[in-house]
Amino acid sequence: MKWVSVLLMVLFVGLMLYSSTGLPDRADPEAPANTHVSPVYIEESVEDTHTPNIVTAVLADYRGYDTLGETVVIFTAGLACILVLMKRKTDDKA
Amino acid sequence: MIKHEHKSIIVQTVCSLLIPFIMVFALYVLVHGHYGPGGGFQGGVLFGVAIILQRIYLGREAAVIRFPPVLAVVFAAIGLLIYGLAGVVPLFMGGDFLDYSALPLFWLQGAELRSTGILIIETGVFLGVFGTMVLLFDNLIGERW
Repeated sequence: MKWVSVLLMVLFVGLMLYSSTGLPDRADPEAPANTHVSPVYIEESVEDTHTPNIVTAVLADYRGYDTLGETVVIFTAGLACILVLMKRKTDDKA
Repeated sequence: MIKHEHKSIIVQTVCSLLIPFIMVFALYVLVHGHYGPGGGFQGGVLFGVAIILQRIYLGREAAVIRFPPVLAVVFAAIGLLIYGLAGVVPLFMGGDFLDYSALPLFWLQGAELRSTGILIIETGVFLGVFGTMVLLFDNLIGERW
């Protein structure tokens, strides 16, 4: 069984390495990720939102829905922490 | 662990001097998010750190009077509410969800309004992160606050 998993892992590593040769180069201006919405953000975000920091404009305006989700995740983590760790009345004896 | 005030006079003096500056710097980081590194997440963590430092050096009895633990939950919930309202209110003003250009601030319009909307939701994030930081500390320390 152990050799099967090792073989599978080697196969997957080989597959990943092989497919990574098909990825575009880093910072390639012709890469699909850089030709879709990124030029619009870079050219129009200051005009659209009067915010010189493009990161903030994308984070809070264009992708505000994501940031809402992030804030909800943080708040939920805090609530879960309360539920798990809060000392209850029955713990008073200890 | 941190029931009583820290005994060292050096720790007390340095902490009581540092805390106001950390708080002001947190607010600076919050409003500086439009122009450089910063924003609600970072500012909220800094403000939470100021409160946590106060709890460490003052001890439980004095720190609870200055910032009651219940307030942390309240602040976090208010922050989330601000963000949610900034999303829902434009729906009733004829815009899309989270479309700040439809917020009902009539003395602003267009890009200025969107800039203000970003500040509003960053404030919501700030309060949410700040409350959650203090909340996590209060619960992880294992004391009854």
